[in-house]
Amino acid sequence: MIGPVIAKLAICLYILSAAGYLVFIFRQNKGAIKGATWMIRLGFVLQSISLILRTASLGQLPILNVAEALGFYSWALVGVYLLLSIKFDIPALGAFVSPLAAVMILLFLLIPVGPITMAPIFQSIWLTVHLGTIFIGYGFFTLAFIAGVMYLIQEHQIKSKLTGGIYRRLPSLNALDTLNYYSLTMGFPMITLGIITGAVYAQLSLGTYWRWDPKEVWSLITWLIYTGLLHQRLTVGWRGRRAALLSIVGFSVLCFTFFGVNFLLPSYHSFQSLEQLQVK
Amino acid sequence: MNIVLIGLNHQTAPVELREKIALDSCEPVDLYQDLKRLKCVEEGICFSTCNRVEVLVTTFETVDQAIDEVKHFLAAQNGLQPRDFEDHLYVYEAQEAVSHLFHVVSSLDSMVVGEPQILGQIKASYRDAVKNSSSGVVLNKLLHKAFSVAKRVRTETGIANHAVSVSYAAVELARKIFGKLSGTKILLIGAGEMAELAAEHLLHQKASEIIVANRTLERALVLAKRFKGQAVVLEEIPSLLVKTDIVVSSTGSPETVVSSEMVRSVLKARKHRPLFFVDIAVPRDIDPNVNNLGNVYLYDIDDLKGVVQENLSSRADEAVRAKRIVEEETIKLMNWLETLDVAPTIIALKEKTEEIRNAELKRTINRLGELSEDQIKAMEVMTQSLVQKILHDPIMFIKNFGHHDNKDDYLELTHKLFNLGETFDQKTDDEDADQG
Repeated sequence: MIGPVIAKLAICLYILSAAGYLVFIFRQNKGAIKGATWMIRLGFVLQSISLILRTASLGQLPILNVAEALGFYSWALVGVYLLLSIKFDIPALGAFVSPLAAVMILLFLLIPVGPITMAPIFQSIWLTVHLGTIFIGYGFFTLAFIAGVMYLIQEHQIKSKLTGGIYRRLPSLNALDTLNYYSLTMGFPMITLGIITGAVYAQLSLGTYWRWDPKEVWSLITWLIYTGLLHQRLTVGWRGRRAALLSIVGFSVLCFTFFGVNFLLPSYHSFQSLEQLQVK
Repeated sequence: MNIVLIGLNHQTAPVELREKIALDSCEPVDLYQDLKRLKCVEEGICFSTCNRVEVLVTTFETVDQAIDEVKHFLAAQNGLQPRDFEDHLYVYEAQEAVSHLFHVVSSLDSMVVGEPQILGQIKASYRDAVKNSSSGVVLNKLLHKAFSVAKRVRTETGIANHAVSVSYAAVELARKIFGKLSGTKILLIGAGEMAELAAEHLLHQKASEIIVANRTLERALVLAKRFKGQAVVLEEIPSLLVKTDIVVSSTGSPETVVSSEMVRSVLKARKHRPLFFVDIAVPRDIDPNVNNLGNVYLYDIDDLKGVVQENLSSRADEAVRAKRIVEEETIKLMNWLETLDVAPTIIALKEKTEEIRNAELKRTINRLGELSEDQIKAMEVMTQSLVQKILHDPIMFIKNFGHHDNKDDYLELTHKLFNLGETFDQKTDDEDADQG
């Protein structure tokens, strides 16, 4: 069982990386940031390997229970972060992403996973694309959310003339706003594609495109919020505070769609019903 | 050997005196010729900036003698008498001198702690000293070490971070809002030293355009010409707000020049792009309520002074860390200097044994007659390792007692024990050229 060992190594690296970023934030130590950057990269590589192994043995992306979904989500988040960090040099961003990834992946470890046998209904390329794009979209929207939070903090510091401490660590408002914009424009087509492929998969496997299932409804609401935000940004020139606030609202709804619908509302998308489906 | 530093700075001497005693009008060639002529000075270097005049020398004579000569040297350069400035001088020897030099180069002794110019000034002085061969083994090592200490302080502490002038604080704020300032458009309302300085800093950061607004167009034209911008009158401000990014205002007007309403009305046309107001005027030119509008930021002169104050105090915090680095490096350098004192003895010891080895080797080879290359080589190796092994412990001992107080006694003893001829004191005089 090499997979779990690699996954655990990746977890250690994420935690160390998070510690490195925190040292940077509090002590402004540049060595810490270098170490943290390399550890999160290495952690990502290891996690990718463990995911590939798991996917190969399951015949599907390992997202069919809460724990694995969290693990996959942390992978998507870190991947998207690493992708964007090519374009944006914002060290403070890592200080938000790596602890989040570390927590997600720790939850993934703590929630026990029984042996899963994949029902044939789940072995479809449409489902793979549906899940993959949705989660990568989640990753981008999470970054948009983080950029929004950072923006609100930094703007508050500037407006209140608080120019010490966190103000010095956070990047410029413009950098954060651009990051928010980028994350939205990349996340939006991903989520859109995810919803479309989901519908196609539903048609192929269950015979209908859309069943007004709670998860589907909330996904639609989430999608509409992000569509609105993107539209306002592109046409009216919404930016800064408003865009930051709305991407935080969007992310809260997204979290509800992800967790709330699973645990609070009856849905065939919920992990319990997915497991039942597999038993059949 | 002694290291002595004599000088005065902004803390010990008033500016009138510093002006009189400054060395920057002297030709380096003449300056160093005079310095080298001093009987007791081995190596020497002079620093002269607007905040300090200092002379750093090494000597084999007593410290008092060196102080006296350097005082006269300083007086002679500017036609003064030593008594004119004696009371303002500070004198540091040995470890204190090294520590002071490190403080100066790291900008810990500057009027504005952390200011970056001092390092360049000291480097220039050092180049002059080297060019005029007034710097030798000890000062070379000392100055190079000082430069690396300054670098360490700069990279490991935040001593040089963050603006400590009002105009530069405004630029830093602008960077926190806009990121890069290239391509930003500036509106300068009114004139004044700080406002013009801020505008200059902004242009230096590649701001793309500057518009100068003034009550009278003539004055605006003068400034606009200087900044290569466009001149307008105050009435045009409302329309200009649509395309500007940064407004620097400093008029003598008793009423506000830019009202909150005026700004609110342009927000939509600006597509909510951020707008940064810097109000340096007293009484204020910009309605304080402007700060409450979305994507609009306003800093008045008191806010900027607050920023500067905060930055100064964080520099003071960093200075504490910097001083720890300086003390650490001072001790390291002092250790090196200690070994410098014992090095001549070690060399003398090695030379003597090598001489004996060579003489004995030659005698033996001659006596043995025909020998093959290999045999001669083997004998050489054997004698070499014999000498090395016998000397190893004494040399280690000498190196270690470099750190002891009674090292002079030990050196004396070593010289007597091995009959190294001259006493070590004289030996040191002409040996330092061998030390790397």
